[in-house]
Amino acid sequence: MAHPTRHCLSYKGAMRVNFLLTTSKRVFYAILLLIAVLVLNFSLIHLAPGDVADTISQSMGGADQELLDQIRADYGLDQPFMVQLGRYIGGVLSFDLGYSFFYNMPVTQLIMERLPATLLLVLTAQLLALIIGVLLGVVSARKPNGITSHFVTFLALFGYSAPVFWTGILLLIGFSLKIQLFPVAGMRDVTIDGGFFVQAQDIFMHLMLPMITLASVFLALYSRLSRATMMEVLGSDYVRTAKAKGLTQSQVVYKHALKNALSPVITLAGLQFSAVISGAVLVETVFSWPGLGTLAFQSIIARDTPTILGILFFSALVVIVGNLLTDVALRAVDPRLRGRG
Amino acid sequence: MSPLLTVENLRIELTTRDGVAPVIDDLSLSLNAGETLSFVGESGCGKSMTALALMGLLPEKIGRVAAGKIIFDGEDITHASPARLREIRGNDISMIFQEPMTSLNPVFSVGEQIAEAIRAHQNLPRKAAWNKAVELLDAVRIPNPKGRAGDYPFQMSGGQRQRAMIAMALACEPKLLIADEPTTALDVTVQAQIFDLLTDLQKQSGAAIILITHDMGAVAEMARDVIVMYAGRKAEYGPVDAIIEHPRHPYTQGLISCVPHIVSDMTEERHDLVEVPGIVPSLKDFGRDECLFASRCQHRTEECMSKRPVEKHFDNNQIADCWHAEEL
Amino acid sequence: MSDMIDEPVVQAQSPFSEAWGMFKRNHAAVVALVFLGLVVLGAIFGPWLYPTDPFDMVWAPFSPPGQEGFLLGTDYLGRDLLAMVINGARVSLLIGLSAAVVSIFIGVTVGALAGFYRGWVEEVLMRVTEFFQVLPTLLFSMVLVALFGASLPMITFAIGIVSWTAVARITRSEFLRIRELEYVKASRASGASSRKLMFGVILPNALPPIIVQSALMVGSAILFEAGLSFLGLTDPNVVSWGQIIGSNRQYILDASFTVTIPGIAIFVTVLAISLVGDGLNDALNPKLRQR
Repeated sequence: MAHPTRHCLSYKGAMRVNFLLTTSKRVFYAILLLIAVLVLNFSLIHLAPGDVADTISQSMGGADQELLDQIRADYGLDQPFMVQLGRYIGGVLSFDLGYSFFYNMPVTQLIMERLPATLLLVLTAQLLALIIGVLLGVVSARKPNGITSHFVTFLALFGYSAPVFWTGILLLIGFSLKIQLFPVAGMRDVTIDGGFFVQAQDIFMHLMLPMITLASVFLALYSRLSRATMMEVLGSDYVRTAKAKGLTQSQVVYKHALKNALSPVITLAGLQFSAVISGAVLVETVFSWPGLGTLAFQSIIARDTPTILGILFFSALVVIVGNLLTDVALRAVDPRLRGRG
Repeated sequence: MSPLLTVENLRIELTTRDGVAPVIDDLSLSLNAGETLSFVGESGCGKSMTALALMGLLPEKIGRVAAGKIIFDGEDITHASPARLREIRGNDISMIFQEPMTSLNPVFSVGEQIAEAIRAHQNLPRKAAWNKAVELLDAVRIPNPKGRAGDYPFQMSGGQRQRAMIAMALACEPKLLIADEPTTALDVTVQAQIFDLLTDLQKQSGAAIILITHDMGAVAEMARDVIVMYAGRKAEYGPVDAIIEHPRHPYTQGLISCVPHIVSDMTEERHDLVEVPGIVPSLKDFGRDECLFASRCQHRTEECMSKRPVEKHFDNNQIADCWHAEEL
Repeated sequence: MSDMIDEPVVQAQSPFSEAWGMFKRNHAAVVALVFLGLVVLGAIFGPWLYPTDPFDMVWAPFSPPGQEGFLLGTDYLGRDLLAMVINGARVSLLIGLSAAVVSIFIGVTVGALAGFYRGWVEEVLMRVTEFFQVLPTLLFSMVLVALFGASLPMITFAIGIVSWTAVARITRSEFLRIRELEYVKASRASGASSRKLMFGVILPNALPPIIVQSALMVGSAILFEAGLSFLGLTDPNVVSWGQIIGSNRQYILDASFTVTIPGIAIFVTVLAISLVGDGLNDALNPKLRQR
């Protein structure tokens, strides 16, 4: 036939090499993107009126020119722009994001303390939205005029139109003030003492409302898209083939159709990482969740430049890693992508 | 010997925006084990609907068997339960579809898709089913079947995919194989190979084949009997040789004249269909009490426009639904 | 099955009246459009019809809606919530619209250039787009507003600059598709200039999906502005819906209506916009017309 044996073996080998190449190419691009983020943010902050020295002197209740110069020299602000930028990027590459005068600790340490809370919120919300969204999409695609389908339509409209912080406040009023199911704010109750499971349960209870709030936005997107793709896939030739083989309904739907419908949803979820982080900033503020979002808000108010830069860097990092993971997931789901760039 | 498949007065209705249309109207046929019957006609004439009805796969809520019987192996499957139909599908009756490009699931390996069909009907462990899938790929003449079983459809050519589809259809040694335009999407050279393969496999397995096509050439080569369909109705039914030699329905004549190499002297009197004004009637006209081909027919008379033609039987087992069958 | 059924013969109509005919079939979209019209009229003329100053303390804080003659009650400073919502509509709509215009302008330009010129132009512009997709949008806008001042133009710019990537991607893919069509090749062969080809020939045909996306952009921009002003990153001299929620949110125990009411205003407005977007999609997307 068209492909002799040796040819297809070498084809598989080529796929593997190609996979490694594209992966390293992607990582390289990711690093370039990160550096670009750094350069842009650093330049912006440099362009803005006022600098760290002004802020510090203000917080000290004013300072004379000599002290200002002293502070500028301490922070290297008297150096030319390119030197400062170079130093900053060099620092970041060795995991040194500078020192926060506002919190009085290294920015890296500060961020590392807050990052887990944000990651927990962002990842669980994404996962919840994906799982429930896909399930709703599948159920409503099988019965396009059923009650689930109408619910998805409603959810899609609500999720898109309701401001996420407002949804959060409504849930807060409903489920921790009126009905006291969940704690009002924070991530853990300091008065609770106990083993791992007690602590985990405590965090889980605190997580519920913020997670549901954040997930609601993306649940809307994912359920609508998976309904649309599922409907398309269920009408496809290969689903007919699967039925013709004598497979059961659930094998046809949850094996053959679902695996095909997943790719577009995963792609969309990958594109949403930046939006999820934006949403997290607002949700964290509503629920006083001790993550990067609340930290960002506080440091912006305090004009704590090194911390702001650090947070921007780390959130871009989270988005980029999220995109890379999305790629991995897509390749796992769709063999056609494994050979391509 | 009673035939493997008997269809009696089958009527299939589709619900459309304009109402209910009979996409298959009063169709009867019979097919013995090991024989090949061919359905011929333009697209939209109801060939594929017949195939889907035989599989119990009419589009849900839109299509239904309104009347008639489909008796397969002594059992009327128009009244079979969904579970019983699942047992039959892929096991006793299986099907090859027109588009090998889209009929295989792109995200599962070909071997898995074949092995899955085996596991659905036979209580075999995964490994054994996989090995059988490899054997089947070998039987449909895919080189290096062991290596290729792990390939995904996108790694195969159109002809190879159709071979894989055939392997999948034959996985449980069906008594009846329905091939719905199995070669339409393929290159001409590959078409011949696929037909050869089907013929060989039929000899080995003894399966009956229903070949749906619009290619009279393929019919002449493969089938014993042929049903010519037009607008959901049978136009002509009988042994292939007899019908090619003397078609008694003007539509059949037109179809055959499109393939000049079948009968060389037909070429002189090519009344090409393209010369005849009109197109296949739209679905909403399907049920009318008239000859649906009349608007395109140069032999039409008053009778054709006012009454549906009745079957006319001829001595050589040929049946034609045309008011003027005797004169043609 | 639908391809087996003859489509009714459609009489030639002007594209606009044809689209309007399709839009009208979507009743929810028509209702939403009427509602949006009322919101816009309310934002423009409301402050004249209801001249209470939204910054005036007119009554005791937290008067519930309907009592003391204040239809929507008063907030934590005793300001008239109705006056605040009416005046807030101006800012929310104004920023929503103008930020959408900024992002559509950037997005269409980037997408058109990338899709038209291909090659290195496309490579560079798509990298830039990717870069903006990676930026955490809200954080970046927060930084912009905090650094360069919370004026309305700055807020508009801060929202527009992070929101254009979707428009750019859509425009580019439309351009890539349309530039290969016969009539484009024909006008290229007849010597049309690049600018004429881009904006005179290709862009008009690429508009339908861009228009639908633009409608959605207005909604997202309103939500974005609400988020920023909820965090307090807004011009302190004007009232906006998000800011009412942000400043009252500490008092939800005393008076939850001060938070729910402006939230409903945002929700209903954005909902109306997205319903209109759905209607536009029905009207302009020929693929969906058969359904």
